[in-house]
Amino acid sequence: MTDKATEISAGDQAVGRSRRLRTAFAALGMLPVLILLAAGFQFMNPRFLTETNLLIVTQQSSINIVLAAGMTFVILTGGIDLSVGSILAASAMVAVMVSLVPEWGMLGVPAAILVGLGFGVVNGLLVAYIKLPPFIVTLGSLTAVRGVARLLGQDTTVFNSDLPFDFIGNGSLFGIPWLVIIALSVVVLSWLVLKRTVLGTWIYAVGGNAEAARLTGIKVPLVLLFVYGVSGLLAGLGGAMSAARLYAANGLQLGQSYELDAIAAVILGGTSFVGGVGSIWGTLIGGLIIAVLSNGLILAGVSDIWQYIIKGLVIIVAVALDRYRLQAGART
Amino acid sequence: MTAAAQIETARQPMLEMRHISKTFGPIRALQDVSLTVHAGELHALMGENGAGKSTLMKVLSGAYRPDPGGDILIDGTPVATGDPIKARANGIAVIYQELSLAPNLSVAQNIFLGNEPRRFGIVDRDQCNRRANEIIARLGVSFSAGDSVSSLSLGERQLVEIARALSTSARIIVMDEPTTSLTSRETDRLFEVIATLKSQGIAIIYISHRMEEVYQLADRVSVLRDSGFVGTLDRADLNASRLVSMMVGRDLSAFYKKDHRPPDSKRAIALSVQGMSDGNLLKDCSFDLHKGEVLALAGLVGSGRTELARLIFGADRHTSGTLELDGKPIAIGSPREALDAGIAYLTEDRKELGLFLDMSISDNISMGVLARDAQAGGLRDFATAERRAAKAVSDLSIRTRSVQANAGSLSGGNQQKVLLARLLETEPRVLILDEPTRGVDVGAKSEIYRLIDDLAKKGIAILMISSELPEVIGVADRVLVMRDGTIAGEVMASAGQPLSQEAIMELATGAAKG
Repeated sequence: MTDKATEISAGDQAVGRSRRLRTAFAALGMLPVLILLAAGFQFMNPRFLTETNLLIVTQQSSINIVLAAGMTFVILTGGIDLSVGSILAASAMVAVMVSLVPEWGMLGVPAAILVGLGFGVVNGLLVAYIKLPPFIVTLGSLTAVRGVARLLGQDTTVFNSDLPFDFIGNGSLFGIPWLVIIALSVVVLSWLVLKRTVLGTWIYAVGGNAEAARLTGIKVPLVLLFVYGVSGLLAGLGGAMSAARLYAANGLQLGQSYELDAIAAVILGGTSFVGGVGSIWGTLIGGLIIAVLSNGLILAGVSDIWQYIIKGLVIIVAVALDRYRLQAGART
Repeated sequence: MTAAAQIETARQPMLEMRHISKTFGPIRALQDVSLTVHAGELHALMGENGAGKSTLMKVLSGAYRPDPGGDILIDGTPVATGDPIKARANGIAVIYQELSLAPNLSVAQNIFLGNEPRRFGIVDRDQCNRRANEIIARLGVSFSAGDSVSSLSLGERQLVEIARALSTSARIIVMDEPTTSLTSRETDRLFEVIATLKSQGIAIIYISHRMEEVYQLADRVSVLRDSGFVGTLDRADLNASRLVSMMVGRDLSAFYKKDHRPPDSKRAIALSVQGMSDGNLLKDCSFDLHKGEVLALAGLVGSGRTELARLIFGADRHTSGTLELDGKPIAIGSPREALDAGIAYLTEDRKELGLFLDMSISDNISMGVLARDAQAGGLRDFATAERRAAKAVSDLSIRTRSVQANAGSLSGGNQQKVLLARLLETEPRVLILDEPTRGVDVGAKSEIYRLIDDLAKKGIAILMISSELPEVIGVADRVLVMRDGTIAGEVMASAGQPLSQEAIMELATGAAKG
């Protein structure tokens, strides 16, 4: 045993070194893409890397990052949540409507979060206990909750120019916008849950191998209920953030196709679509890439139509590069 | 050696692999391995997992290019290496453990998948079926070209794979553990087909861990160990202890370890199973399992052994039946409840149903006790997990660089030990082991047997499902035999007489009715 160990130790070290390099590289993930994009846009328009513009970019990305954090939980279990955009709209409606109640206006925020949680829990119950496919359940709630959002305001836009919690959408703390602080807190809390709690390990286990998780004694339905609940809750928070930014909400238009940006951020962040592999930091970078692209293309004067085409292609190419890189690593 | 075989060895070999080495960066996967195979010969390739068998076969099939200096000769002519398409054109076909058929298509479609006979650019279905039937007739099997593959048994699917190999005029067929998931009847069928292929001059390289098969089939056996070539034995020189010591490089005289037996029938009953049925296959299964006993559950594949284990563990629902643990009735509705009661179950399918391959060894080992170990607020206790993993790694001699490595990076035997370690962390009183040594190399096998023996000595009641009779006889104190969803009978060792292989087979096959 010992002589064998010394025999292979030299090779071992080399392997260990290259493996460490590779894991470090893998952990970086899409960060190089983000930096390259930022450098490119700076080259095209020097206004890109200014403090004002960077604050705009982070502010614009914050709601998507909050949704994408919830989406990360769901996708880690191998599921999907298509309903977050609709839930955001319904929650924003509730936030503005509650804010209009004299004296109790601040309750708009917790009300929005609770409404989001409620919808998320319904999704979760259907997936976990009725065992319906997540894609179908949340496709249904994508449509149904959109209807609820329109119903809430009789299909009109609700306003509150004197929104009691408008600081969330437009205020700053020590120069950092509240939207950014909230988004970062959500990311850090998500990291804490995913990487530092028992529940987080169970989430990875369920996504990695649901049947093995059940045979190990993990209560798989509870874990699924939790992730859809979190996704709904964060969509509700997103609704409150959105309402606070706009002083208004519209059940028809708000949050349209937000679920796609959230999914794109998660996938750009390197989280496996089949579950079990991924990280919240990747999602953060994925969300920033999407925001940088939108903002940079506008600054570069690219037309709206081309922005869509370029964003779509960048997502596909970035993920393709990522796959290729990981495969190259696995092959040796 | 038969006269015919002697003539064959005198002839030019059909395949020669000369001085094959293969390195991946600093890792040497093969070191100067040479192999010759003759027409009509079955050449068994043996060795522990990780010995280099699969790498050698990948070099043969063109998936890997050997290091400079290594040659492959077919009929005495050097051929291109590192090119799968040329290898196939040279008549080399590999049938892997994981079958690669499209179940929704017909047998004929599968045989010619990617290689369809065409007329005017359109797949010629008539020709496809006709040629498929010709090949199937050569194998002498019962299904036909038009059957859907999804309607075939695992064994029949394997024969479709062989038919596909024949459709590309393969002359050298590599079979990698072909009988792992076959019933004994299907195995017999496969062996008949192998004999037919040999009589048609096809050479077969047969990778297997199962001694009996190698004895039954092999004309010659080559052994690899630690990436190197150990030697080739002729059929006449085959002998178990010599083969095992060639494979492991050490003497395994005490291969099966069984000294936990305090021979009395008064040991307390740990688990009593009464009248278990699942409304489908299982009918009224009853038995008692004693403390410190290793009770084997034998029977053919499909007789209901795994199904019964899963009912006891709460993984599936039972329609009737009761359980008593240490004399007290218990109701078990889920694996969680079973684990809480002290019943643990090792699955037969560690990759699909057991391990989390993308998670660390440490997480895998602690997975069943995370909640118990948790700190306030549900936070993970990583120090305890690390300690548990380190202890398991040394107790079960799991070979790994780090407990933070992914479980998927381990060899089969070490993966199995990780899974066992996870069960043991739950401190079970009853341990159900379903094929505990499936796909595990000889060295790890003997370590698992020693572990089973130690656990029994500690008073843990062990129910072991096994399809390998020597293992059943070598490890168990008592054997229950299942047939068609019922417990067909019990076989016990009588004074001085070991458990009888014949008695078990008679019960399992129903040969001894009444």
